[in-house]
Amino acid sequence: MTKVLTDARSIRIKGRSFLAVVLSPDLPLDQWLERLDDLAARSAGFFLDRPVVLDVSELSIKKAELKQLIDDLAARKVRIMGIEGARPSQLTPEMPPAMKGGKPASDVEVTAQEPETEAEAEVAAVVSPAPQRQEAPQVRAIPQSLTIDEPVRSGQSIIFPEGDITIVGSVASGAEVIAGGSIHIYGTLRGRAMAGSIGNSNARIFCRRLEAELIAIDGIYKMAEDMDSSLRGHAVQLSLEGETIMADILF
Amino acid sequence: MGKVIVVTSGKGGVGKTTSTAALGAALAQRNEKVAVVDFDVGLRNLDLVMGAERRVVYDLVNVINGDAKLPQALIRDKRLDTLFLLPASQTRDKDALTEEGVERVIGELKKYFDWVICDSPAGIEKGATLAMRHADVAVVVTNPEVSSVRDSDRIIGMLDSKTLKAENGERMEKHLLLTRYDSLRAERGDMLKVDDVLEILSIPLLGIIPESTDVLKASNLGAPVTLSDARSAPAQAYFEAARRLAGEIVPVTVPGEKRGIFGKLFGRKAA
Repeated sequence: MTKVLTDARSIRIKGRSFLAVVLSPDLPLDQWLERLDDLAARSAGFFLDRPVVLDVSELSIKKAELKQLIDDLAARKVRIMGIEGARPSQLTPEMPPAMKGGKPASDVEVTAQEPETEAEAEVAAVVSPAPQRQEAPQVRAIPQSLTIDEPVRSGQSIIFPEGDITIVGSVASGAEVIAGGSIHIYGTLRGRAMAGSIGNSNARIFCRRLEAELIAIDGIYKMAEDMDSSLRGHAVQLSLEGETIMADILF
Repeated sequence: MGKVIVVTSGKGGVGKTTSTAALGAALAQRNEKVAVVDFDVGLRNLDLVMGAERRVVYDLVNVINGDAKLPQALIRDKRLDTLFLLPASQTRDKDALTEEGVERVIGELKKYFDWVICDSPAGIEKGATLAMRHADVAVVVTNPEVSSVRDSDRIIGMLDSKTLKAENGERMEKHLLLTRYDSLRAERGDMLKVDDVLEILSIPLLGIIPESTDVLKASNLGAPVTLSDARSAPAQAYFEAARRLAGEIVPVTVPGEKRGIFGKLFGRKAA
């Protein structure tokens, strides 16, 4: 039994992750800027068209100093897309938005036209001083599924953009599960489940009993009151067909 | 070393303080040394329910700040020699509690008592997290209604993540105490049934306390219900819960299910 659940003209809200370079300035700032100028002189245009995030978590500076730093960087044609690790007191509405939850990635390799290999390595080190520097791109050894053996409690959120989530237990009202792939719940889904969060329209949601507050696949979502009431309390599979969430009662 | 129990719920007004006092008195009647600790700094109530409000000299905050020694602040119950109260301060707020201070006081209490029962404040903020932080066992007090159940679920999540036990990778022992249960209203669908609550929270059941006027009466008299009216239905339920806490295996009965002879007769007729 298949039911059409979604209005064809719903709004898509998607999550997507991008690789940005992270600048972590250190004090005193004028000396750091000098080093940056030096670096820019050696590999011109490195920061052009690159998303740059400013990490100020190690930096204890005031609002005015942060503003000055952003202006100094702008004068060097480095545009900041976001600020990481800032206290709310340091930020003003005019500044780039605060960002959090960044995941470390491999160091950024500079593709300079000139064969200045030594300078390249230095650039990479300054741009992203990650503890383990690797020459080759890091092979991502991330498991493609996450299994949780206990109920997901109200207020908890399980986020796994890398793949599928399996939950052996229920998802409580007020809890949320967000997966890049599919979501399997061997229990009652009372909270929110969002599958295919990084743009995977083949993702599905399975649950032993549907009592969900909200379900979403690839950005198409459905609130509890928009769901067909005959689905409630049943074992259900949800999948996406075009722009429409389809629901099948499983057994 | 004694066991540290936190009585917690998330939601207010579900019966944490009443249950702390009743379980404390029930355990003390087994001749075990019990300290009940009021963590609700700023809104202290446990001293009233224990009938010790006029004997409070020093409190938890004084002990944490080092203004008083622990034996000076502990109040011995007038009816039970083995029952002690560590009251909360009424004039301070929860910021007066420090993590190191709480750790020291709980550590000291554990040395002298078999049971240390911490009455947690409502909410999920500092007072509640400090009350649960050093516990070995949690008693989650829940009323059979949706908001209480959801708040309890939230608290269970915190017990599994924010406590020392959880941070050391151990499992916190958690028990559900269902209070203010009215079997008639549950049957009518006005309240959640026991099975519904257990299905949502999925933690073991410590006991079901029936809704009863005896509880309010005992509170107003300033006596735990297990002391003032030991033969009443809620007191019996608390005694059973205390035995389960102590490790005895006592089957749980749902109040109202063992009807008297008339109930049975009428029940059959109605069916």
